[in-house]
Amino acid sequence: MGFSPKPTDALKLNLELYRKLYLARQAEESIRAHYAENEMKTPMHMSMGEEAIAVGVVSVLGPDDQIFATYRSHAIYLARTEDSDDFFAEMYGKETARLKGKGGSMHMCDPERGFMGTSAIVASAIPVAVGAAFASRKQGNDTITVAFFGDGACDEGVFWESLNLACLMKLPVLFVCEDNGLAVHTPQSLRQGYRSIAAIVSKFNCQVLEETSTDAEVIYDLTRKAINLIKANRQPVFMHLQYYRYLEHVGVNEDFDAGYRSRKEFEEWRQVDPVNLQRKKLLGNGTSETEIAKIETKIDRQIENSLKKAKDAPFANDAELCRGVFS
Amino acid sequence: MTRNLSYREAINEALVQEMTRDESVFVYGIGVPDHKGIFGSTSGLAEHFGSDRCFDTPLAEDSLTGFGLGAALNGLRPIYVHMRADFLLLAVNQLANMVSSYTYASAGKLKVPLVIRAVIGRGWGQGFQHSKSMYSIYGHMPGLKVVLPATPYDAKGMLISAIRDDNPVIVMEHRLLYDVSGEVPEEPYTVPIGQAHTLRPGGDITVVAASWMSVEAIKAAEVLEKHGVSVEVIDPRSVSPFDSETIVASVKRTGRCIIADNDWLHCGFSAEVAAALAEHCPSELKSPVVRLGYAPAPCPCTRPLENRFYANAVDIIRAAEKMLGTNPLDLSGEEFYSYEHKFQGPF
Repeated sequence: MGFSPKPTDALKLNLELYRKLYLARQAEESIRAHYAENEMKTPMHMSMGEEAIAVGVVSVLGPDDQIFATYRSHAIYLARTEDSDDFFAEMYGKETARLKGKGGSMHMCDPERGFMGTSAIVASAIPVAVGAAFASRKQGNDTITVAFFGDGACDEGVFWESLNLACLMKLPVLFVCEDNGLAVHTPQSLRQGYRSIAAIVSKFNCQVLEETSTDAEVIYDLTRKAINLIKANRQPVFMHLQYYRYLEHVGVNEDFDAGYRSRKEFEEWRQVDPVNLQRKKLLGNGTSETEIAKIETKIDRQIENSLKKAKDAPFANDAELCRGVFS
Repeated sequence: MTRNLSYREAINEALVQEMTRDESVFVYGIGVPDHKGIFGSTSGLAEHFGSDRCFDTPLAEDSLTGFGLGAALNGLRPIYVHMRADFLLLAVNQLANMVSSYTYASAGKLKVPLVIRAVIGRGWGQGFQHSKSMYSIYGHMPGLKVVLPATPYDAKGMLISAIRDDNPVIVMEHRLLYDVSGEVPEEPYTVPIGQAHTLRPGGDITVVAASWMSVEAIKAAEVLEKHGVSVEVIDPRSVSPFDSETIVASVKRTGRCIIADNDWLHCGFSAEVAAALAEHCPSELKSPVVRLGYAPAPCPCTRPLENRFYANAVDIIRAAEKMLGTNPLDLSGEEFYSYEHKFQGPF
């Protein structure tokens, strides 16, 4: 099996999901609190709003499964690694980060933990995921390769090329379309000459699953279903998942005064905020406020600590500049 | 044991031997397993190694380059083949934004043993979309290696080096070279990437000749020798890494340099060679450097114009005469365009 069975203990799973959701959210809240200090000199494409997708999908994956993602991957990275030390060290561009600050917010990469990298050129990592899946199958590994991308990627030719290739070659790829309806500030109505991405993709030799829920457990269950389909049918699966981007395209602020979308829309999605929703679910499942607060405090301290370590750490030596261009 | 092989046979032998040695090597691209086998260079591979190691693909150069990258990151050694270098341009996004930076982006943790072969077209009316080289744009990017084997010996040895290299290597093969024969050892061997090669020693003028132009330069050198001019022909072989030392050392001796490139001149590889001379031996130059290459136009189809589009042995001879201040030789008894006459098209 490329992934572990669903925990029989639903509470345990929901606690795990909440831990990751809260970490992703609070790490970004911490970025928002400190960004104006001008020390994190990296363009932030914030995950806020997409946490249920990141956490739900990633929590199903096994240790050898691989993830290829985008410039908007804070939540995916943190859900996979839960390593806020490395995360903040990279945001501050410090030597203590795995990448020593060479990647920044847009280019996190941790291949040892299956986070294989990102692209800030929309859709460009998707074919790389397809090639990784080819290698996995050729080497006889029973692993899944996940390609995360936004709906904007579906405007790019390389998305269709890659989907075609994966379907043609019957590769174990999980395509995860995180649809927030926007490419930068441009809505789908100005970009797409078709009614439904899912309907079109369903004409390919793959399975399509759709979901609008912001419940991480729903996404988790759907992802389990997707991976079972990939293994059973030896075909890729395309998951079309909707979410709402809380903040501006790049940067840490709200931008409802810009005129391209309304605060009202945001408030509606805010009612089903993935982090709050999961918290409420835990309370409903019999978890006490004290227990939840204990988890939250622990994560708050973890983030505070990681942030401080990152601030105090040195920058990489100049010798790093040209190191690692070639193997 | 050394035999005479054509350039296409040398490539094919390199592929067979490396695929035999290492199961992680595979070959893909439009036409690699078909009856033409990329001008014979991939013939027999699918039959011998199976369709999972030599396979046809959709027409999707962009994604298939990323596909090769993803496979290479996971320990396979893909070889992606393009019948024309012009088609490789569809993959420049992957090369510039993904392939070239992946090792750096992983702080050296990920290796990219990806080989891309691309054939530079010429002759029989290839026109402006089947004749490009443009290796300078790939050489421009840190993280990519770019080689231009110009002899059957180098075709085999440099391809084997490229396959065994843990970095992305673009191998650009000139279509007219496919018909060139030369001595090739039967056993596998490597030719180091990043070393220029002196094809012919000489003392009066250095001609730096890339890819197909090395054939023209040898012809020019043979003609000039009959008239007492000694030409040193250097094949740079590798655009990146670039061995400027061999070239600079030669020009320090001869004091004269003609750069015969198989590409446009403006912002091209020839400018990089000239810059190396300006940086390292300006005072040793007895006359200004001369650059020869494609005319500054898209490549025309019709033969008479196409002949003028490309620099050739005659252009090298005339440039040498001008440089030396000698009278133009009577070339009426010489045969030029011998390989173009061999190539009967259509592709």
